[in-house]
Amino acid sequence: MSDPEANGLTSFVFHTDFMILEKIKEKFLDDVLETSDFRGDLVAVVNKDVIYDVMEFLKTDPTLQFNVLMDLTAVDYLWQDRFPRFDVVYHLFSLSQNLRVRIKAGVDEKEPVIDSLVKLWPIADWFEREVWDMFGIKFKGHPNLKRIMMYDGFQGHALRKDYPITKRQPLIGPKN
Amino acid sequence: MNITAQDRQESFVTSQLDGLIGWARKYSIFQYPFVTACCGMEYMATACSHYDVDRFGAGLPRFSPRQSDVLMVVGTISHKLAPVLKQIYNQMCDPKWVVAFGVCTCTGGFYDNYATVMGIDTIIPVDVYIPGCPPRPETVLDGLMKLQEKIQHQSSNEISKGRLVQS
Repeated sequence: MSDPEANGLTSFVFHTDFMILEKIKEKFLDDVLETSDFRGDLVAVVNKDVIYDVMEFLKTDPTLQFNVLMDLTAVDYLWQDRFPRFDVVYHLFSLSQNLRVRIKAGVDEKEPVIDSLVKLWPIADWFEREVWDMFGIKFKGHPNLKRIMMYDGFQGHALRKDYPITKRQPLIGPKN
Repeated sequence: MNITAQDRQESFVTSQLDGLIGWARKYSIFQYPFVTACCGMEYMATACSHYDVDRFGAGLPRFSPRQSDVLMVVGTISHKLAPVLKQIYNQMCDPKWVVAFGVCTCTGGFYDNYATVMGIDTIIPVDVYIPGCPPRPETVLDGLMKLQEKIQHQSSNEISKGRLVQS
């Protein structure tokens, strides 16, 4: 595609397609493992070691300006014969450009650690605590990584697929 | 003259007194709404003028357990919240009653997972169960009338045992 300004198009119109993914690929090369565009839902799978750099780029690049971290969660792919076991999923939204993109980064259970994004978006603080609580994925650089939903003393991480479905850990009342 | 517990139950005068006390109590229910979830909307619908619990003398919710007689547990109780519920119950003065409002409080409802208490009767004693997800106001009023019936027919002896729930 040609330069958007030359066509008299605004960058607003131009960037509502796959060019976001092109920009990421151009910048991070082999660290972008996979990209897809399903009916306008853009997804990029990146190497977890560069997650902070990718996010910082998406937030600060003047043509993108992804200033809202809409959601941060994780998926457990246990029993699906897949490496790495977890995906950490980030949903970004750019208020000024009206763009959305989803970034995924694989994290394995042997070393379930990924960089924290609290410095970029303060909301990541609670999101990351939730992911730690439910999936047991640690966030390096998080200022206060403790459980946010379950109580202190809760054993394990409840949304991992290998958490026993009938296991109860009541604080009071009958056990299991 | 010493009135023993037996005298109280058998004598003509005190049984009438029980009736009077029961009548007074059942029409002056001060509820503590322990509202945690969507059932709260139905609780509000019941409390407001269309259905109007004030017709049953239950129109004054108190937001202090010290001032209330009926603990209305409205909505899902999680294991994290369970100790709070127990403490609220223990803070209430006798005579006191507990209403489990909605299936989540009755049995856990459709939740069967790591987070949810499977019925609040595993933690505190319950007098009336109101099923429904959420219950319609008619069901709530039915439950309320059942509770009134229970209060009317309770002797003052039976109530004043004092129930403190230990963990």
